[in-house]
Amino acid sequence: MQDILKRLEDMRDAARAGGGQKRVDAQHAKGRLTARERIELLLDPDSFEEWDMFVEHRCADFGMSANKVPGDGVVTGYGTVNGRLIFVFSQDFTVFGGSLSEAHAEKICKVMDQAMRVGAPVIGLNDSGGARIQEGVASLAGYAEVFQRNIMASGVVPQISLVMGPCAGGAVYSPAMTDFIFMVKDSSYMFVTGPDVVKTVTHETVTFEQLGGALTHSQKSGVADLAFENDVEALLQLRRFIDFLPASNREKAPLRETPDPIDRDEPSLDTLIPANPNKPYDMHELIRKVADESDFFEIQPEFAKNILTGFARFGGETVGIVANQPMVLAGCLDIDSSRKAARFVRFCDCFSIPIITFVDVPGFLPGTAQEYGGIIKHGAKLLFAYGEATVPKITVITRKAYGGAYDVMSSKHLRGDVNFAWPSAEIAVMGPKGAVEIIFRSDIGDKDKIAARTEEYREKFANPFVAGARGFIDDVIMPHSTRKRICRSLAMLRDKQLSNPWKKHDNIPL
Amino acid sequence: MFKKILIANRGEIACRVIRTARAMGIKTVAVYSDADADALHVREADEAVHIGPAPAAQSYLQIDRIVDACVKTGAEAVHPGYGFLSENMKFADALKRAGIVFIGPDPHAIYAMGDKIESKKLAKEAGVSTVPGYLGVIKDAEEAAKIAKEIGYPVMIKASAGGGGKGMRIAHNDQEARDGFRSATNEAKSSFADDRVFVEKFVQEPRHIEIQILADGHGNCLYLGERECSIQRRHQKVIEEAPSPFLDEKTRAAMGEQAVALAKAVKYKSAGTVEFIVDGKRNFYFLEMNTRLQVEHPVTEMVTGLDLVEQMIRVAAGEKLLLKQSDVKLKGWAIESRVYAEDPLRNFLPSTGRLVRYREPSTGPVVRVDSGVYEGAEISMFYDPMIAKLVTYGEDRSAAISAMREALDSFYIRGLGHNVGFLSALMAHPRFQAGRLTTGFIAEEFPDGFHGVALSESEMSDLVAVAAIIHQGFARRAVGGKPHFRSRGSVANGHWTIKVGKETRQVSIVETASGHAVIDGKRSCEIVSAWRLDENLFHGRIDGRGITVQVERDGIGYRMSYAGAMLKVLVLLPRAAELAEYMLEKTPPDMSKYLLSPMPGLLVSLAVQPGQDVKAGQELAVVEAMKMENLLRAERDGKVANLHAKPGDSLAVDQIIMEFA
Repeated sequence: MQDILKRLEDMRDAARAGGGQKRVDAQHAKGRLTARERIELLLDPDSFEEWDMFVEHRCADFGMSANKVPGDGVVTGYGTVNGRLIFVFSQDFTVFGGSLSEAHAEKICKVMDQAMRVGAPVIGLNDSGGARIQEGVASLAGYAEVFQRNIMASGVVPQISLVMGPCAGGAVYSPAMTDFIFMVKDSSYMFVTGPDVVKTVTHETVTFEQLGGALTHSQKSGVADLAFENDVEALLQLRRFIDFLPASNREKAPLRETPDPIDRDEPSLDTLIPANPNKPYDMHELIRKVADESDFFEIQPEFAKNILTGFARFGGETVGIVANQPMVLAGCLDIDSSRKAARFVRFCDCFSIPIITFVDVPGFLPGTAQEYGGIIKHGAKLLFAYGEATVPKITVITRKAYGGAYDVMSSKHLRGDVNFAWPSAEIAVMGPKGAVEIIFRSDIGDKDKIAARTEEYREKFANPFVAGARGFIDDVIMPHSTRKRICRSLAMLRDKQLSNPWKKHDNIPL
Repeated sequence: MFKKILIANRGEIACRVIRTARAMGIKTVAVYSDADADALHVREADEAVHIGPAPAAQSYLQIDRIVDACVKTGAEAVHPGYGFLSENMKFADALKRAGIVFIGPDPHAIYAMGDKIESKKLAKEAGVSTVPGYLGVIKDAEEAAKIAKEIGYPVMIKASAGGGGKGMRIAHNDQEARDGFRSATNEAKSSFADDRVFVEKFVQEPRHIEIQILADGHGNCLYLGERECSIQRRHQKVIEEAPSPFLDEKTRAAMGEQAVALAKAVKYKSAGTVEFIVDGKRNFYFLEMNTRLQVEHPVTEMVTGLDLVEQMIRVAAGEKLLLKQSDVKLKGWAIESRVYAEDPLRNFLPSTGRLVRYREPSTGPVVRVDSGVYEGAEISMFYDPMIAKLVTYGEDRSAAISAMREALDSFYIRGLGHNVGFLSALMAHPRFQAGRLTTGFIAEEFPDGFHGVALSESEMSDLVAVAAIIHQGFARRAVGGKPHFRSRGSVANGHWTIKVGKETRQVSIVETASGHAVIDGKRSCEIVSAWRLDENLFHGRIDGRGITVQVERDGIGYRMSYAGAMLKVLVLLPRAAELAEYMLEKTPPDMSKYLLSPMPGLLVSLAVQPGQDVKAGQELAVVEAMKMENLLRAERDGKVANLHAKPGDSLAVDQIIMEFA
């Protein structure tokens, strides 16, 4: 018995040592933590239950049989974040560069399967050089096993990838299919083919950082949802993020107690909309002033900045917020903003998170770049996402709601539950100037006539009452009472039931 | 007494006058420009009349429209506040002709005191001591140098029609006198459409001390003590106080009597201020007389118990002063801080925009706030960038200073740059506390500008303790629900490591009967506070002392403002802090390759093309902000690689305008 215990302890020590002190030091020197240190930061102290510490690879080629490390380059298990259950796998770059072997993949699959059965989020901390080349197709099979599970878990339990080191080639497709990708600046990168291959094929010279760094993906490609300064910030932010989410599609997000009164007035919102309709204002201010404790966890803050997406709470209840941002491109919809918001709306709908939409949209961005890029189908994604969503949907039109974009932005017609308008709302096919130039084309030469017609159009449509008369908006509310009205609407919608007709699945215009 | 008066002004002073008028049972009429349609003074007045577009020249300076507004609303009198038309003789005349009372002196007094040269001559005749100088009109630069030499260097060259520091130059030798004459003349011409300048002796160790006077139309004239306004930045007053820490009874009486003599000489009526410059030996010289209510009048009100606006209204209505000079007693000490929309960390550049968050300190007998704004209001580029005047009172100077420091800590302003931190730094400055003031105080004590406040050891210790309590509050709430399973570790067991700037501190928190005991190294203190998680102001008591810290969550940490410092604070579990030691210090990217916009504004023009070589000092671009054209020059020789903005673009602070190769 003593022998067994001794052996157990030795094996555990070997597993904990990972790739050895030298490699651990190298990881630290790069400002990165080890796989186990990362789990320590992510989970509540002492809550980690580790599985499969003794798993080893089964490769005998290229001298690999003599080169085994217990755990095989990934630490897996479960634990709690602020008391709530999550499953985690953390790739260990100090062991075979975190490369994925068949056994390594099996460990990941095991926690994913268990997470699905009990209904708890899966968090992946990615730091891997890629496939275990020595294993060949067995490693590729391992990836595919993980992919298949990512797909099956999608919409069942939240899946979050925190990319903290390299993630290249086929390996990117596992994070790509999770709900959110977070990256760490200057130490993580993701790409399908690396700079060397790019150079050979297209003759482009590009650095790792430029090709697939955290900034590239959080600003240019939109692949990453957030980029953080370092491991510590990333992991602690991830804890904050998990607090917003439900454990699975079987339950609602947790209610959080707040001292912030649900009937709090914000008089300053009455002056948020500038007198000049062409002057922008910061939609963030509205969101922060109506949300509990000004707490807004923004998703993709640096990508498609003409639309804002993120999580907040009202009266303790998690909501997803989508808002046009007049500060950027006048808040119009374009390819990137439509994709960004559509994916966010679908996530909320998967996990029973009510959606609050703040609308100030002048329409779709015109131009060949948009049309050639397929704005028709990308714009349709957001329309589709809103239309199919069955969670509570509350909409507040603050200013412009013009044309097709009005329909898209969670309008009454797309089964919006509560649709409010501020007195400054203008719900019309287009702005007065453009409308008059079409309706009264023959008068275009006559400046006075056009001015009079514009005034007439403004008088008639640049207000919320035409839409109100048809019941397309439920009420015109004072900006200062927005928080109160949203909180009451959410309370009213708490037990909302709505389902879509049976289908195998829909066919969203991908 | 009047039944209705019109206030021909805006902002805090309009609100201030309305307050007194209301207390006297007088109805008020506000006037406003396009930019002020939602302004506080419009909301507070009984009636409001629109008088034109945003630029003051087209609204607040339009005499006819204001007179029309009086006629239309039936206002019997006009209070002009300060600035705008307050010292405009034509305005006083126009009102007189329309049969409307001007709440201020008669036109002849405004005229007599309005011209710097004229007023000096009058003062001399009235037996008021004046600065040695030449009051005649100077022809050219050569004559300026000659006269300067006669007076003796250093000298000051000043615009006759000047004010607010415009058109002023100091010269220490002939060459500087010639240069100063030219630039002062040019500036006077463009600012006041009057290029006359004069020369006078430049006073050493100068302090700006002014006497408040009050006269009725019946020959009674009093002096209400002095105000010291030496803390100035580029001739703009920043801090004022009453009394002055420098004057003795004898000097005060002498200055007061001379001020009264001058007022009587011009048959002055209403409230007015005679400004003196006082040197290190308490010699005082007449500077100018302001024939209106001063911005800093509240400090006089605090120490005399009088309401100057009420007195002005009574005098204008023909009443006699009920006070005698012997009734005027100065009690206690009052200090005023001017809270400006400007960015002290960026060389005090003006800052405009929306007051996204705005909470004034709570007021009472010790704290007074005069302001014309509210949360959600706009500080526009069209008018003076003053947000508010914060006035505190104490039994003595140090009590007034302490009250000011506390009040500044709880003045919560977000959305634009403001100088609250700088004001705190001034209040904490040992030389200010010792009362060793001169008008050069700010230039001498902050020669390279203001770079923020470094907290003292005890302040840092207080801040760290508050941060730990705040974080523990959030951490405890985060685990609010029933845990999935229990573990021995805790996310909030009372032991925290706090990282502020380069410092790392360990603290432990233990709950006590009334609050929390915080142990920080050797120090232990008790903090009692009713702070709630949704509040941006942490009010509490540390071992009985009051403390206010401004706090906002910022990602995983906090932004905290205290005693003038704004700091990023991270509160971590000790183990997390250990791991955080491995994180690399990241150096911010080198921006010297770029020309950045120093302020939000409009790019008016670009003077260079891509590929062009530029020399240090060469003009690159012009950015307009606050109606000021700011010339951006090359800091060193180089070559323009790329332009990132074009004329007509709106620029944010730090937005890239061009890139150098």
